[in-house]
Amino acid sequence: MASVLVPEFERPGFSFENCQRNAFLQSKGFPVPKAVKTGTTIVGIIYKDGVILGADTRATEDVLISDKNCAKIHYLAPNMYCCGAGTAADTSKTTQLIASQLELHRLNTGRVVPVVTANRMLSQMLFRASLVLGGVDNTGPHLYCIYPHGSSDNVPYATMGSGSLAAMAVFESTWKPNMNEEEGKQLVRDAIASGIFNDLGSGSNVDVCVIRKGSVDYLRPFDQANVKG
Amino acid sequence: MACMSKGDWYSPVQFWRSGPSPGSLYSFPGVLTAENTRFSQRSQAPITTGTSVLGIAFDGGVAIAADVLCSYGSLARFRDCPRVMHVNDNIILGAGGDYADYQYLKDVIEQKILEEECLNDGFSLKPKALHCWLTRVMYNRRSKLDPFWNSFIVGGLQDNEPFLGTVDKLGTAYVDHHIATGYGAYMALPLMREAVEKNPNMTQKEAQKLLIKCLQVLYYRDARSYPKFQIATLTKEGVTVEGPLTLDQNWEVAHMVRDGV
Repeated sequence: MASVLVPEFERPGFSFENCQRNAFLQSKGFPVPKAVKTGTTIVGIIYKDGVILGADTRATEDVLISDKNCAKIHYLAPNMYCCGAGTAADTSKTTQLIASQLELHRLNTGRVVPVVTANRMLSQMLFRASLVLGGVDNTGPHLYCIYPHGSSDNVPYATMGSGSLAAMAVFESTWKPNMNEEEGKQLVRDAIASGIFNDLGSGSNVDVCVIRKGSVDYLRPFDQANVKG
Repeated sequence: MACMSKGDWYSPVQFWRSGPSPGSLYSFPGVLTAENTRFSQRSQAPITTGTSVLGIAFDGGVAIAADVLCSYGSLARFRDCPRVMHVNDNIILGAGGDYADYQYLKDVIEQKILEEECLNDGFSLKPKALHCWLTRVMYNRRSKLDPFWNSFIVGGLQDNEPFLGTVDKLGTAYVDHHIATGYGAYMALPLMREAVEKNPNMTQKEAQKLLIKCLQVLYYRDARSYPKFQIATLTKEGVTVEGPLTLDQNWEVAHMVRDGV
């Protein structure tokens, strides 16, 4: 992949290169890769001073729990974090790739990277993952949800993953604009707990990440909802 | 009743006539198989459908709520279809799924109640009995591969205790204190569970408020829902079916949603 320092000139617009190959493969019976939704509840909200992201910590392999306490909130930049739902390898590698691109961007421009930059890069690198991207830049707090097929939404509160309906029910009934930090953290915890207790694909603990202008609190675990014994 | 016409004292009727023969596969009568559906077929898809139904048991009674929309696929076609019925002073019933199947069963249940009234013996149908009967009917239809494509919530007072049960098109039945069918199971049930955990002995007002809050969340997020709804409440004082009422909607959040980049 070309880096920012050694740019390769790319033709503008959508590249139709692979369309003929894909049509050929489909005619031969090769199945089109589907966006697989694996168990997770990830959420994000915008509050008064910034963004709060939350995630559960269960990683599943079909019906078996492979990791009871995995980290789903990934670092992108000092002012941006991203929660990932989907194949764990896809979410962590995609975010690491974009994190390095963002660092090069920051060094190249000498400025705090805007959140829209990460949004655009992540939506163009499609790897069957659903992401909730949050960050604070010079224009304020931003929250985006990025879908596996490449669309993204700029929203004040977002949920993704198999537990997203349970978490969204909590947001739709309790979210309000300009909450303070304590209320925001409690709301995020309640939404993730709703996903943990009502969705079988999500479980274990609640991780929370609070991003404000100039500082970040990565609270892992924020709430140990399912302590053994 | 089995007919014993062919038998008499000297040659009794065969004991196991036209039953399964040991060692071979038995073909159940009435089942739709590839053979008898070769030239005709029952449609397996629901046409005019209702979405989620919510039910909650509180201290002294039960409440069942549902919106008044019947969708024709993705068209919001009939915007005034009552989906909650008052069966008798002990039972209320809410239905989601195919509206035609609900209308048929509604007629059958109403006839049942009428016949019971005519007997005039002081006994009236109880909710557990209706729930059990409905379960058997639904399961038997599904076993013939011709289901009633519905999910019902039956609520009432059984021996002065609140009873709330559900049956779906497969004949799966269970009893609980808070039930939601359709999309409600994913969105309303987490909210109901949380509220009941915080407040196990709810009053009637609190229970009704909870159902309305859940319907509001469902209106925001279920693409086949509608802001007008009905809510039926049953206590020992009697049954009230309020509706159609309208949900409060708050779309202020739209100002904060900008176009995704």
